[in-house]
Amino acid sequence: MSRLAWRVAYLREVRDETPSARTLVLDVPGWPGHLPGQHVDVRLTAPDGYSAQRSYSIASAADGDAADGEAAGGDTVELTVQRVPDGEVSSYLAGPYAVGDPVELRGPVGGWFVWRPADLAPVLLIAGGSGVVPLMSMIRARAAAGSRMPFRLVYSARTPEDVLYAEELKRRALSDRGLDVSYVYTRRAPDGHGRPAGRLTAVDLAEWGWPPEFEPAVFVCGPTGFVEAAADLLVDAGHDPRRIKTERFGPTGG
Amino acid sequence: MAFTETFTDGNALAGPLREIFALEMTSADGRCVTCGRTGPVADLRVYGHENGPGLVARCPGCEEIVLRLVVTPERVWLDLRGLVSLAVIR
Repeated sequence: MSRLAWRVAYLREVRDETPSARTLVLDVPGWPGHLPGQHVDVRLTAPDGYSAQRSYSIASAADGDAADGEAAGGDTVELTVQRVPDGEVSSYLAGPYAVGDPVELRGPVGGWFVWRPADLAPVLLIAGGSGVVPLMSMIRARAAAGSRMPFRLVYSARTPEDVLYAEELKRRALSDRGLDVSYVYTRRAPDGHGRPAGRLTAVDLAEWGWPPEFEPAVFVCGPTGFVEAAADLLVDAGHDPRRIKTERFGPTGG
Repeated sequence: MAFTETFTDGNALAGPLREIFALEMTSADGRCVTCGRTGPVADLRVYGHENGPGLVARCPGCEEIVLRLVVTPERVWLDLRGLVSLAVIR
């Protein structure tokens, strides 16, 4: 096996997801394909040689099944980038980076935080903020594979305006049989939501997750504080720590 | 929004470790020298990802250093001081 190579990817299309996040549809010639949950490293190099590198989870399904069912080519990778104050990579990718521009990318990498359609366990996905990105790849891959494995997504966001893929999730919750989507709003809930704004609780997971006896495969992704809190709630509820896979995006307190 | 896009756990080591190893290493189970905890590389706590030249991974059980990785233009330095063993999935 050869050493992991940097490839040049080109921006084909942009989709605005929220005021501060956008999805980049990248053409990656020779892309070998990926598993949902894997990520890529993106590298930017300034004219003076200074370079900065970040990891991004892949948002698209493994087969290139893009959002809203558009059939994208096999050489396509979608990344959803949340603009971060002072983020030297995200502020470029979510800002001036324009259609046709190149960027260096390598991957796919990672094999731990991955869902495989052949896995025989119900799935519980717990997202904090932009941690929904790799989980969305799993939801899309499930649909693309025609899987009937029961999936539940519990998605924690600050406000309704911060929800990524809001329209697609609404549509899939109706059309993807066996997929349940629930929202936890931490700052402000929409009218009629029924649950007051506040952080994820044991009650939320009891109501919208799977009981531990179902032995679900659990994927938790979000800011570090969110992931630690959610994993603790799951273990306290009786979930086997070995079935809880986590991925942390940074210390921001969700 | 203040979410950063960067990882701060062993999942972030996937790319750098693939510069050295032929196999996917974040799924490998490592055993900690200090406390004996066994778990996947993906669960290690990773520091120094933002701007430093290197990454330091600590055991989630005892917080001792498990491995350090420094990438320079000429070399990749891998310090495995905190690992008794690594069980890699073939």
